[in-house]
Amino acid sequence: MELTKEEQSMLDGEEGEGVQKAVEILLALGKIYDAGRFIPVSSAQVAGVSYKNLGDAGLEFLEDWANKGAKVRIPTTLNPAGIDIENWKKLGISDEFAQKQIRVIEAYKSMGIQPSCTCTPYLAGNLPKQGEHVAWSESSAVSYANSVIGARTNREGGPSALAAAIAGRTPEYGLHLDEDREPNLLVEVKCELNSISDFGALGYIIGKEAGNSIPYFKGIKQADSDSLKSLGAAMAASGAVALYHVEGITPEAKLGTTSTGELGTTPETLTIENLDDGYKSLNSDAQDIDLIAIGCPHASLNELKKISNLLDGKKIKSELWITTSRKIMLAAGNEVAKIESSGAKVVADTCMIVAPVEELGFKTMATNAGKAAFYAPSHCNLNVRFGTLEQCINAAITGKWS
Amino acid sequence: MELKGRIIRAGKAEGEALKSDSPLSFFGCIDPETGTITEEGHELQGNSVKDKILIFPHGKGSTVGSYSLYRLKKNNCAPAAIVNQECEPIVAVGAIISDIPCLDRVDISKISNGDKVIIDNDSIIIEDG
Repeated sequence: MELTKEEQSMLDGEEGEGVQKAVEILLALGKIYDAGRFIPVSSAQVAGVSYKNLGDAGLEFLEDWANKGAKVRIPTTLNPAGIDIENWKKLGISDEFAQKQIRVIEAYKSMGIQPSCTCTPYLAGNLPKQGEHVAWSESSAVSYANSVIGARTNREGGPSALAAAIAGRTPEYGLHLDEDREPNLLVEVKCELNSISDFGALGYIIGKEAGNSIPYFKGIKQADSDSLKSLGAAMAASGAVALYHVEGITPEAKLGTTSTGELGTTPETLTIENLDDGYKSLNSDAQDIDLIAIGCPHASLNELKKISNLLDGKKIKSELWITTSRKIMLAAGNEVAKIESSGAKVVADTCMIVAPVEELGFKTMATNAGKAAFYAPSHCNLNVRFGTLEQCINAAITGKWS
Repeated sequence: MELKGRIIRAGKAEGEALKSDSPLSFFGCIDPETGTITEEGHELQGNSVKDKILIFPHGKGSTVGSYSLYRLKKNNCAPAAIVNQECEPIVAVGAIISDIPCLDRVDISKISNGDKVIIDNDSIIIEDG
């Protein structure tokens, strides 16, 4: 890789050991992916925040790196943590877990990172422009940034996004390049998509088949940003899809950006007649529901309003969490109080997957999110029900799935 | 015999080769307190990576694996060096943050379990074990 004078001096340690390590990491990734140079990035989103995922290994590393004086040089936001930072006691999380989690956040803060712990940074003040280069981890945010916003990021891991934030650069390869953003899998959708969970079920089905390909969707008549958030998150969970295009909807959806105007020479095509496989695979036979979790990825303002309307004047029987970013929680104003008057909890900074929910005694969970339904059985040891928002709210009110 | 590799993390090391023909994850598959490989059914299950020249085709599993390698190093249970067929980001990042010499693009079929191996930046010298 070709380095500028400044980059060489960073690598030589002239800006301290923290910066040197960051450049070493990025240089190795550049080598592995045959990048020719570094390019500047304008923001970073760092995963590896929940103590549940990091463990003591990650905590020690982050504290050591912070102690070496590493500081970010671009706006940088964090992924969800394992607790609601301002109100963790309300979820019943243990002191021990919360204290370790707070040490993780403090280490990041001392590097200059904003502790806005969300998987939807684009709804919480970190919104890149189309064509802008960024270094994001959190697979659902990567998918949204690339596909819905048209910004450019590879699917970074926690350490590489942090290194990019400290160095202000990333190696130029993969989704930063025009030629690597072209679709290579055609998906014909023949069925109606009527809910967030329909988009999640579709995402689950396609992710399993697509691996890390770039799907091009035909036949999706309309999709708002909440639907696309759900679709992308599910595809990045059951598969490794970091970019997709939806004809007539997403900004780079131009079939045949190649010189031949074709989708490759032998385009692989998937035809989706119905969503049965998605709903079947993501549902257990659980009847009694302990926890209903909405907000994966973190709920938007619009979603909070919908939930508030559905709960209007009702009381819930089972635990209901609506997870969101602190920014959206504050913006929602009295919608939060309205939701909570039903007995539900609006929770910021964390989510049902990265909070230590298995320590809280829950055995079953209902959600309208394909991504959460996919991870909850393996990551949280929960039996899952997956359906529409209305079904989920109903389960909260009755305690039963129907 | 001498082989050449591509430097992911430069450095010098020597030790006994511990070789796996299947991929390896540092997260959840190696005990961070002892360095013992614990993955059920893995060909190296029960072996310790501590102070070994660890040879495997490429990494697998969670990106937290980079931090797990760092923890092994802090517990003095890390391998002395890592040699891969093709290094991927989890192992590369882990080797860099842990200061463990790491090479890739090496024909690992030329190295056997128990060989004495000396790593000197891009050079791998193998003495039959």
